[in-house]
Amino acid sequence: MLITELKANEVIRAAISGKVFVLNCHGCREIRFPEHEADAFQAELTAEGIVTGIFTTEYICNDENLSVILQPHAAAIQAADTILVFSCGVGVQTVAAMYPGKRVVAACDTYALPGFQGVTPLEHDCKQCGECYLNLTGGICPITACSKSLVNGQCGGAKNGMCEVDPSMECGWERIQKKLTALGRLDVLTKAPVQLRNYATDDLVNK
Amino acid sequence: MRITELFDNGEFVVTAEVGPPKGIHLGHLVEEAKEHLSGITAVNVTDNQSSVMRTSTLATCAMMKQAGLTPIYQATCRDRNRLALQSDLLGAAALGIENILCLTGDHTKMGDHPGAKPVFDLDSVSLLYTASQLEKGYDLAGNELVGEPPKFAKGAVVSPISDSVDAQLAKMERKVMAGADYFQTQAVFESEKFIEFMERAKQFGKPVQLGVIIPKNAGMCKFMNRNVAGVHVPQYMIDELAADKERAKAGITGVEIAARIIKECRPYCQGLHIMALGWEAKVPELMKLAGL
Ligand code: SF4
Ligand code: SF4
Repeated sequence: MLITELKANEVIRAAISGKVFVLNCHGCREIRFPEHEADAFQAELTAEGIVTGIFTTEYICNDENLSVILQPHAAAIQAADTILVFSCGVGVQTVAAMYPGKRVVAACDTYALPGFQGVTPLEHDCKQCGECYLNLTGGICPITACSKSLVNGQCGGAKNGMCEVDPSMECGWERIQKKLTALGRLDVLTKAPVQLRNYATDDLVNK
Repeated sequence: MRITELFDNGEFVVTAEVGPPKGIHLGHLVEEAKEHLSGITAVNVTDNQSSVMRTSTLATCAMMKQAGLTPIYQATCRDRNRLALQSDLLGAAALGIENILCLTGDHTKMGDHPGAKPVFDLDSVSLLYTASQLEKGYDLAGNELVGEPPKFAKGAVVSPISDSVDAQLAKMERKVMAGADYFQTQAVFESEKFIEFMERAKQFGKPVQLGVIIPKNAGMCKFMNRNVAGVHVPQYMIDELAADKERAKAGITGVEIAARIIKECRPYCQGLHIMALGWEAKVPELMKLAGL
């Protein structure tokens, strides 16, 4: 199972900008979602008048399905500067890949719990690291896209843009660099404080 | 002596690197270093380089120091978690080894124990930050150290000819933020590209040592072009080495090429880092030819 927990409100506020379209994934049965906190926070944002739309659905990790069910919301998404996604890490990555030019923000951290792992499509992967880094990396997961799961930038091993460990795989940090550069948001990474992984996520979940 | 003091004095700092053997007899390594590398400022000691298991870097550094050389302790994040790295950094400082170089390290799969667990609890940036915290008198968890804190010259690496040079510069910026005092670069064969890189890197205001490999022969260069990240030897240099095999074998061509690169790049950098790869004996000659 996985469990998603809301990031601190200030953290989410720091990551979003302008008008916001909210996408909730109540997901698969294997996931526990912080519905009430999410609703309360979304109500706050709505009261501030910055929300262009809220859509709650399931299985946003299925991108074919997602692109169909989002069609009625195209105008609201178009009007938004940020798509704020309340889902596990796979969901956020799916949306980020679908809207490469938009600021896609993860509102949740994803933790692992024992049991089934839910639906994981092939393209995106989430290791439920407990401290979702997608807001630093343009929606590309550094834990699964980098062979060393580095969280502070590229190692010296990339050759021709490919990973030192697996030359058939594009270097995850090369992808992150390109994505952030295309979004004009490289400073999100370069100016971020030094990142340290926290491996004591069991404690965090039980808090 | 911390090499940062020399950079501060405007000196052109020259270092070279040696790798400990897979075995306990370090005498030969230390003797060779004494014989050929006494004329330079400091000697990097690599840490299980290329993920191939070797004798402890720290032990080798201690022996180098005993022999009167100034070691630079290279620490990678591949084999140790944050507890082990911190205790080794403190151990180094306790032995009077204050020059360090913080690296992420190659993946375990690249070396001779491919089934080993890759640690990467920290990375080069967070390791530099860790050393900075220790200098302030705290460990990474915020606990106070006992007594006077250590003081390091904290080095880092950057790959100026990398095909991912933008990502390398972004990382360099983070390393500076985390406390890097100086940089050593991956080997450079194309001076123009290095000079272009330095134009962009000088904004960080940290001394950069040009990385140089003495090319041994055409085959070695072709191998590096295929396999070594961030290294590119242009075809005309490969041809130069291939033109006279005897001259190349004697090291004459390689030393000439390396000296040329050093002369071209010297006005743009603050030091030199030589990766002799077994040709330590050629270092004094290279220095002379490069006018150092
Ligand atoms: S950073 Fe990656 S592994 Fe961690 S929660 Fe986000 S998507 Fe999952
Ligand atoms: S080459 Fe890229 S993907 Fe591979 S370990 Fe280094 S930073 Fe990670």
